[in-house]
Amino acid sequence: MITRREFLQASVAASAIVGISGFGNWSRLAAQQALTQDQLLQFDDFGNVTLIHVTDIHAQLKPIWFREPEINIGVGEAAGLPPHVTGADFIKMFNLTPGSPEAYALTYEDFTALGRTYGKMGGMDRVATVVKSIKAARPEAILLDGGDTWHGSMTSFLTKGQDMVDVMNALGVEAMTSHWEWTYGSERVNEIVEGLPFPFLGANIFDVEWDEPAFEPYTIFERGGVRIAVIGQAFPYMPIANPGWMFPEYSFGIREERMQEVVDEVRGQGVDLVVCLSHNGFDVDRKMIGRVKGIDVILTGHTHDAVPEPVLVGDTILIASGSNGKFVSRVDLDVRDGRMMGFRHKLIPIFSDVIEPDADMASLIDESRAPFRDQLEEPIGTTEDLLYRRGNFNGTWDDLICQAIRSERDAQIALSPGVRWGTTILPGEAITREDIHNVTSMTYGACYRNEMTGETLKLILEDVADNIFNTDPYYQQGGDMVRVGGLAYSIDVSKPIGERISDMRLADTGEAIDAAKSYTVAGWASVNEGTEGPQIWDVIEAHIRKIGTVKLEPNTSVTVTGI
Amino acid sequence: MKITRRDAMLAGFGGFAAAALPGLGFAATVEELTAAFTGGAAAGEGGITLTAPEIAENGNTVPVEVSAPGAVAIMLLATGNPEPAVATFTFGPAAGSQRAATRIRLAKTQDVVAMAKMADGSIVQAASTVKVTIGGCGG
Repeated sequence: MITRREFLQASVAASAIVGISGFGNWSRLAAQQALTQDQLLQFDDFGNVTLIHVTDIHAQLKPIWFREPEINIGVGEAAGLPPHVTGADFIKMFNLTPGSPEAYALTYEDFTALGRTYGKMGGMDRVATVVKSIKAARPEAILLDGGDTWHGSMTSFLTKGQDMVDVMNALGVEAMTSHWEWTYGSERVNEIVEGLPFPFLGANIFDVEWDEPAFEPYTIFERGGVRIAVIGQAFPYMPIANPGWMFPEYSFGIREERMQEVVDEVRGQGVDLVVCLSHNGFDVDRKMIGRVKGIDVILTGHTHDAVPEPVLVGDTILIASGSNGKFVSRVDLDVRDGRMMGFRHKLIPIFSDVIEPDADMASLIDESRAPFRDQLEEPIGTTEDLLYRRGNFNGTWDDLICQAIRSERDAQIALSPGVRWGTTILPGEAITREDIHNVTSMTYGACYRNEMTGETLKLILEDVADNIFNTDPYYQQGGDMVRVGGLAYSIDVSKPIGERISDMRLADTGEAIDAAKSYTVAGWASVNEGTEGPQIWDVIEAHIRKIGTVKLEPNTSVTVTGI
Repeated sequence: MKITRRDAMLAGFGGFAAAALPGLGFAATVEELTAAFTGGAAAGEGGITLTAPEIAENGNTVPVEVSAPGAVAIMLLATGNPEPAVATFTFGPAAGSQRAATRIRLAKTQDVVAMAKMADGSIVQAASTVKVTIGGCGG
């Protein structure tokens, strides 16, 4: 008799062989120049339960460019495993073809040329078409949103998330969890949550005063005779990575023991399937499902990884659905006798030139943008270089931002947060105000300027590096390394905290950083209350207006070893 | 150490007596405190659960909980604090459970250690690293 585990493995293997993951076909289709909506959506219905997962949309209502990372180092047990595989290695691991649509969607190489061939990705009107198509085939499909939805654009900032709330409600989301949502402040979050037609889940969100659960931990769906528990897990490091003073009533944390309790509780209620809708990040989720027993499917988010096949940990499948609306995951499950017997999965790429926009959603989006349209679309300058952020160290957008900070704020050193959101601009394109907001939008964007000693700078670099390169995933907060301007350093990612950073220098002169000496430092996204300075997007806009056309020198200020 | 209402309620349920260690002229070291508590017995593993956050949201007030069924006493140490002694909880025979929760202040990233003394005099131990970080770059 085939065991459940063997069945799952057989199913993964079968998907690779007959190409039902959907990725095997793309190259051939592209070669035939026949990439069509029908083919992108093609899916042989399987089993009796369908989950649809979107996550980390970061308020990108319109199609975008988003270059996947070139450097995404994995440490400890995650070294060399997805999602810490990029470029040619990724193409090889998943048996893709260089230059194919999937290579464009999932990796960074030849991004500019492939982008011009295959076009922008995402757009919530295209996502709506995909969701409608899945629901036409499977009316009882459950649409789940992994969070980082209400934040990340100028319109979401100006409407305090309302534009995204309206779009996600229209899309038919049935449960969500959260991260950047909280940066609108707890009052605004609670105001929105009261009006949501679905639960805002977070088994790990606790009341600070009472140390007791503050939000619904899970919800139970009954679909086609199957009872499905969906447990929410919000971003664990909310008050550490983002300003805790904006939501002082709440405590977060991984709370592994709490997750096990909640799984046991829903299992005790006799559910047939347990799904975790998580914003832990990929590595944290991989560790958690190896330790918490009883989760069938974990829909991961936060670290923005798009992985074309489910990752199997024990009997649990881990699904990573990318970011910025580039992908929608469809997961069909065969659930019988209270057990998951098998799955079929497809990471559906949202090629905006191939998938027809849904007319209703398109008009909702345009209505929400109309009051701001002139502000959004005003060109500020142009770029000769590809501007992107994602990756463990500075992207070109970060280089431009750090230049703007140093120039406009007259600082020796610029610091810019290693967030994983921020869209891409192709060479030759105009930089609009909306583009600047897409890489900076936030409720704590004041660009401070002060003095820091060399010792403090080292402490900051070491501390942030440990949030990425600590070999225990539970100590990883899921961002990338803090971006620097005017500062050069070496980093050995294999070392422990306090020993990773060395050879810190002023990049312009090569002068070694003196621990006791003070330097002028400007940056943004401070988590401290009362931070003063102009908004970062205004600083960047002023700089781009002065230079007109962006042209960047290659940045060689960070030397990485220990990989 | 601030006792919140919830902690006080837990104390009520647990039926334990919490005694902050007497203010010593010099901070007792982890080794001294361990030796005094264990009487020299080697600590085993298992039978004790220490729950603490991986990364402190606020190093000034870190919630920790320890449970050791069958224990007569549990000692909590913050090994990286200038004064490592946090508290020793003793449980009488009428205690319904041997569990304690409190909030502690951690000066820096360190291991929090809990040791339980069982009725037969044996010792079990659990430790958890709690990171105290400057934070600020989550994405």
